[in-house]
Amino acid sequence: MDWGSIFIDGILATIGPVTAAYAISAIGLNLQFGYAGLLNFGHVAFMLVGAYGMAITVDFGGPLWLGIIIGILVAMLLGFLLGLPTLRLRADYLAITTIAAAEAIRLVVRSSWAEPLTNGVFGIQGFADSFFSLNPFPPAELYGIGSLVVTGRKLWVMIVGWTIAALFVFVVHRLMKSPWGRVIKAIREDEDATTSLGKNVFAYKLQALMIGGAIGGVAGMILAIDQQNVTPDAYLPQITFILYVIVILGGAGTILGPIVGAVVFQFLFFTIDALMVNAQADIGWVGDLLTPAAAGQVKLVLVGLGMMVLMVFRPQGILGSREEALIDER
Amino acid sequence: MSDSHPMADVAPEPGVRKPDPVLVANNLQRSFGGLQAVDIDHLEVQRHTVTSLIGPNGAGKTTLFNLLTGFDTPDFGEWHLNGGPLVGIAAFQVARRGMVRTFQLTRSLARLTVMDNMLVAAKDNKGEGLWGALTGGWHATEQANEDRATELLERFGLEHMANEFAGGLSGGQRKLLEMARALMMNPEVVMLDEPMAGVNPALTQSLLTHITGLRDAGKTVVFVEHDMDVVQEISDWVVVMAEGRVIAEGPPEAIAKNRAVIDAYLGEHHGEAAT
Amino acid sequence: MFWLAAFAIAALSPVASLATGESIGGKLIQTVGEERIPTAGVTIIVRQEGSEIGRGESDSEGSWEIPVPGAGVYQVTLDTTTLPDGVGLTNPDAAELPDVNVREGQAKKVIFPLGEGTTSSVSSYERVGALFISGLKLGAIIALCAVGLSLVYGVTGLVNFAHAEMVTLGAVTAYFFHASPVGPQWSLLVASVPAILVGAGFGWLQETAIWRPLRARHMGLVSMMVVSIGLSFAVRHLILIIFGGEPRAYPDFAGQPPIEILGVSVVPKNLITIGVALLVLAGVGLFLQKSRAGTAMRAVSDDADLAESSGIDVNRIILITWSLAGGLAALGGIFFGLNEAVQWDMGFSLLLLIFAAVVLGGLGTAYGAMVGGFVVGVIVEMSTLFVPNELKTAVGLVVLIVMLLVRPQGLFGTKERIG
Repeated sequence: MDWGSIFIDGILATIGPVTAAYAISAIGLNLQFGYAGLLNFGHVAFMLVGAYGMAITVDFGGPLWLGIIIGILVAMLLGFLLGLPTLRLRADYLAITTIAAAEAIRLVVRSSWAEPLTNGVFGIQGFADSFFSLNPFPPAELYGIGSLVVTGRKLWVMIVGWTIAALFVFVVHRLMKSPWGRVIKAIREDEDATTSLGKNVFAYKLQALMIGGAIGGVAGMILAIDQQNVTPDAYLPQITFILYVIVILGGAGTILGPIVGAVVFQFLFFTIDALMVNAQADIGWVGDLLTPAAAGQVKLVLVGLGMMVLMVFRPQGILGSREEALIDER
Repeated sequence: MSDSHPMADVAPEPGVRKPDPVLVANNLQRSFGGLQAVDIDHLEVQRHTVTSLIGPNGAGKTTLFNLLTGFDTPDFGEWHLNGGPLVGIAAFQVARRGMVRTFQLTRSLARLTVMDNMLVAAKDNKGEGLWGALTGGWHATEQANEDRATELLERFGLEHMANEFAGGLSGGQRKLLEMARALMMNPEVVMLDEPMAGVNPALTQSLLTHITGLRDAGKTVVFVEHDMDVVQEISDWVVVMAEGRVIAEGPPEAIAKNRAVIDAYLGEHHGEAAT
Repeated sequence: MFWLAAFAIAALSPVASLATGESIGGKLIQTVGEERIPTAGVTIIVRQEGSEIGRGESDSEGSWEIPVPGAGVYQVTLDTTTLPDGVGLTNPDAAELPDVNVREGQAKKVIFPLGEGTTSSVSSYERVGALFISGLKLGAIIALCAVGLSLVYGVTGLVNFAHAEMVTLGAVTAYFFHASPVGPQWSLLVASVPAILVGAGFGWLQETAIWRPLRARHMGLVSMMVVSIGLSFAVRHLILIIFGGEPRAYPDFAGQPPIEILGVSVVPKNLITIGVALLVLAGVGLFLQKSRAGTAMRAVSDDADLAESSGIDVNRIILITWSLAGGLAALGGIFFGLNEAVQWDMGFSLLLLIFAAVVLGGLGTAYGAMVGGFVVGVIVEMSTLFVPNELKTAVGLVVLIVMLLVRPQGLFGTKERIG
């Protein structure tokens, strides 16, 4: 087992564009779940529609900037459509509808019926050329220290990705420190009480769902741009649950929680996966017990377990306050 | 009560007209399944009074509160606040129009500070809109609201807790906070659902003082209560409900002698023993 | 670049190293009665972690082979739109083999069984009739699964997202006792008994080990739902590790010849599914109405505090409810596996329809979930008259959302439950 290279690869994964995209998506989910208390179990759908909104626009000859705007609008529209029937009801109805919608949307996108638009299971490729044409770094050049290097192409996506993440941190910070954010938190605590204080709870929840969705849509676009590829099966339900672990791990309802959560999670997720794969190959009894494919699934079992254990034993995550978490919700 | 009081000439009978009603309900009905929870022909609440709503468990008091404040929708009927119809008006709109309620079980916003609990209730803060929140320019309003909140918290003896999480308050303090928070909205009518429930006797007295204080400050108070002694002490007018209907109303002295009321309460005590 | 491939979403452009010669291939043969006809010109796509590795077309012999970059797990998809008219997959849902494991140096063979396509020359009466029957069958499965979800919701207020895994667990356990080479190889009928017990046991275990302690800690319902979805995710992938990713069929009742009823051709196991489900659901109804535990269950559903104060051991009733829900879900899973395939994510794929059923009937109402299950099953199957087969699950979502807009409390629910 080559510990050095596992570690280096882990660090690279942790600072890479995928982590930046996860962090951004988690910022959106944190606004919905952490601050507004909305159980959106289909966050990956916002990423999907954002990415596809962009890719399809470019595919049909539109410029990338228009694609980005359309992607954001489509993600907000999805939030509106999912919120409209559910946000007047108990929290469970949003959860049920979003988890169902995320899978249904993926099925529709990959169906032959939607193929003229989405190109079915094959997805859409090569829509971000104009993004990479702005890249000031020679794409094939290597940047970094020692063996910790990335290509100029990757570096460009990383810089843009993390800049957007920082921008959204700033926006969410500004929102949550404002009276708007106070109403959002009040709704998380008690909807009826907030209603009795003359606040239009439904409208606020819808806004939170739509803004969080738009942020998720942007995250989906960054993933798609990084790969120059959107395929429906890149947006599996597991991403939503990875994002939940990130949000809770970092600290739900904290400004920097999504960033910290994404970085820590990605490092652990990668390292554990690399360890499992290596152990499967090198350690006899592990190899006997697990197939290579199964070794790759262990990390996902741990995602689920992590979600439960964090929620039960450390609901405040890394950055949240213990005192706040101990206050009974209702 | 002096003879010059505007309610002095009002007859103590159900559905009676009052000289200056702030709240009027007509033919208000709500049933759950087969149970008629509220069935009120006519009810008026006189402005600037403390009106208490009493009745045995299941009499429909809380349901009536929910209906009047828009938290529940009646099967039938209409009601007005200051002559403005409230049928089909959302609960948050009712609150903005000046009728604010509290809840039987306190609803403090636990993971907000006491001060934030107060500030949430303030009206017309442009920072509560998305655009305003992003662009700023709400700090002056916020400062004014904070000053008013501090004043109210002082009045209710909570100013030293301003920066604590509301979830850390005692039960009695939460009741006080909820009342102070309702006042942040500058309401015309305050609807208190069992403000005295679960509060120790020492605090009860202070709550009662606050309630009469509200009336003296020009508000109309409607509150639900079980304890006849409390009702006698502070009410200007008492409305008695049983099985969804108003069975009696009048000044507290008259109600205390009312046969129907005594029966209803005896019924309640029997009922309570059974459950 | 290895590190990227490790990620769930990492969709790399095709990796170029074909030196070791691993490949995936097969032969597409359509079986019509005794006749075996090679099928040419059909597109097969190989992907890994969502990105396409390669594609190929079957030749005049029906053979196809696609080189892959190395050992690993691949998804192999048959593009059904390229099938000739009148030819279809015998199992329309098996157009994708999600976990084809290729060993080093292996030329892996996979099979897509082909038969007569459903689109060819079937009269519309027969088609509507057949869809109605398969709708009832699907509905029976959904109903079995939905009742438990609704009952648990009734007594605890929790929407248990791990319910789907009880469904899968039942099907997989039955597979172990029935068909696993290391299992006892009992008939499916016998194997169902331990499977249902394991399902009920899983329900019992969840309540004892997770939900009761969390209730005792006064955990909020929102947090509990997060825990339940974490549990669902962990168990689903644990099943994937143990059971593997390939869909498998129960040998018993496989390839049952259809019989004709009123001019509609029906596979007998569909009728058995519907019949047994109806009997079991009637039994659940009787249990709720007549037995002490059932009556107590309804009482706890109505008002847990009141039930507690009238001497009902609420925790015991909740435990019974969980076990009952687990057993019913397991039975639903066995039927689902019998009619479709046993697969690690089968429960999750059914979850959307289960939710649609419970919302349609009214969350928390047992009878509503039963009726909702059948209605959703029939609507979803019949919808394939108008929408492509692959979209029928999405129809379930439409039912769900329309219901929430029109009558959120469901057909049998009362308004107070939802606010």
